[in-house]
Amino acid sequence: MSQFLQVLLSGLATGSIYALVAIGFTLVWQAAQTVNFAQGEFVMVPAFFVLVGTNILGFPLALSLGLALLLAIALLGAVFKKLVVDPILPSGGISLIIATMALGILLRESVKEFYGAEAQPFPAMFPTNPINVFGAVVSMQDMLNLLISLAVVVVLTLFLNRTRTGRSMQAAAQNPAVAEILGVNVKRMVMYAFLINAALAALASFLITPVYLAKFSNGETLGLVAFIAAIVGGFNQIRGALVGGLLIGVLDNLVATYVTAEYRAALPLILLIFIILVRPQGIMGTSEGRAV
Amino acid sequence: MNRRVILALSAALLMGATAVQAQDAAKIAMVAELSGAGAPAGTNWRDGIKIAIEEINAAGGILGKQVEVSEYDTQTDPQVSRAMVQKAIDEGAFAILGTIYSGSTLVNMLVAQQNEIPQFVGSEAPTIVQKGNPFVFRTSSGSQKGVPALVPYFTDTLKAKKVAVAWVNNEFGKGGRDVFTAEMEKAGIEIVTDVPSEQGATDYASDVSKLKESGAEAVFVYMNQEEAARFLIEAKKQGLSMPLVGEVTLTEAKVIELAGGAAEGAIAHVGVTATATDIPGIAEFNEKFVAQFKRNPTHDAIKGYIGAWATKYVTEKVGEFDGAKFAETMKNLCLPVAEYPKMLLDTCWDETGEMSRPSFMVQVKDGKPVVIGTVPAN
Repeated sequence: MSQFLQVLLSGLATGSIYALVAIGFTLVWQAAQTVNFAQGEFVMVPAFFVLVGTNILGFPLALSLGLALLLAIALLGAVFKKLVVDPILPSGGISLIIATMALGILLRESVKEFYGAEAQPFPAMFPTNPINVFGAVVSMQDMLNLLISLAVVVVLTLFLNRTRTGRSMQAAAQNPAVAEILGVNVKRMVMYAFLINAALAALASFLITPVYLAKFSNGETLGLVAFIAAIVGGFNQIRGALVGGLLIGVLDNLVATYVTAEYRAALPLILLIFIILVRPQGIMGTSEGRAV
Repeated sequence: MNRRVILALSAALLMGATAVQAQDAAKIAMVAELSGAGAPAGTNWRDGIKIAIEEINAAGGILGKQVEVSEYDTQTDPQVSRAMVQKAIDEGAFAILGTIYSGSTLVNMLVAQQNEIPQFVGSEAPTIVQKGNPFVFRTSSGSQKGVPALVPYFTDTLKAKKVAVAWVNNEFGKGGRDVFTAEMEKAGIEIVTDVPSEQGATDYASDVSKLKESGAEAVFVYMNQEEAARFLIEAKKQGLSMPLVGEVTLTEAKVIELAGGAAEGAIAHVGVTATATDIPGIAEFNEKFVAQFKRNPTHDAIKGYIGAWATKYVTEKVGEFDGAKFAETMKNLCLPVAEYPKMLLDTCWDETGEMSRPSFMVQVKDGKPVVIGTVPAN
């Protein structure tokens, strides 16, 4: 029983980070009706911003994290929207999808060129000491990762549903033309979605890199798993992305522990095929309408 | 007119000089994992070779010719490695140094064999020297020699009756795991859990969880560097308390750097280690490497260094750049350190290209690998 609980909690901790990345997919989809295939690289890059801060500029970790977050929001949010999304989006969603794939390759190869192909150690933000939770030995780091990710999702949901800006973002996503007529600054709302996406990616980066280690190729698997999590949960719902992320994290660990570890990489794909066959709109998704 | 003549003469002289220089240089190809999962091993291998080639050239080169090294990146992809070895041979290399990942070496060594080009490899899977390829030579013992050296540690020091195995599912990992399993069976020690993981795996939560529940008294960890570091981090997170014992990689400088405090206490048998600084040649190499690259060398760096120097020593024994004669000379060859100081330790190869030399038991203490024992050559 303690092993089950331990595996479950580890899976939830990893899954909650997948969820943060998956929510980013959802936000960009709702705001710009496109899929950002550089999302995995958006998670990989902020970790290297931190390493530049701590290892090259000699800043303390907390300052490096803060600066990396701001830089990620500026570059992967605002600059990404202005330089990539805005010019290409009028040509259609497919063109933008291809552009994001190219951007992903560019980011990956740039990091490899600048910081090297080897994995780099990344400082943990929290103590890694094991703690006892109802007989299961889990790390403080995992528990705090889980709590922080869930807290961020709750705050984001409250922001989108309970604040004027959040509701304006919802309106801009659901019907941009009507929202514009009603006085919503649609362009600004879309920009907010991109900024939030970049912030979520940076947070996921800070939480997962101490375990994954900082490496230029980290985004490949992470981006794919989060993309699948968003589809499984429901691509047009934040709560869907949360459910999808947690589900994949937990199932991955349970299958690897109790069934087989050799086919664990195939699990998200099997889940994806199953969901598309049984419930194409995803577990929590709706078959029509858009809402952030 | 005069200007044209001067220009033409200058161009001709320049081309002639380049051609003479190219003719005079002895070309060695360094084919290694410079990117991808094997980059930590490949970059160390490359840098060890760089130091050796600088020394060789300063000492007059090979057979009086300066040595020119070309780098080829396999991207840790066996098929790319095969293409790179072919490219290196097409470009005139008389010897190949690399690759390190066994899965790559098994594929690319056939190309070197077909072209009768001697190849020193950093790979440790037993199958490398079991294919009857007379042109492939190790720079450290294969796991079929290294892993048995660990048995006394499990039987005499740990007095273990039940052990678990955690290994990376590639040619390197499978080779080590098979040898370890057979050795444990011979020693009467039960393997209670066998946990494979994929190359490049990032999440070891379920693997460590299985090991914790296995009832094993120690775990044999046989993974590449990055995987070993992630495994150690997860083992610490879950409070895995049993001794973690590995072969070669587990206590490497790169693993310690990546895993940080999680590597503390890990134990490994290593063919050669830069921390054996009481051996004069190793201390000197270590010093040079740190000064030049601002980091500690791993055993792959020493393997690359030894491979380059062995190429010089054996070629000069042969007296000409002839791959077939080189291979013949390598059979049952011993290069004692008294006569060949840059081999660092007394080193011998058998007729299959397998290497034997004294080795070490190492433990991570205060963030550094420390030699805790010496194992005689087997």
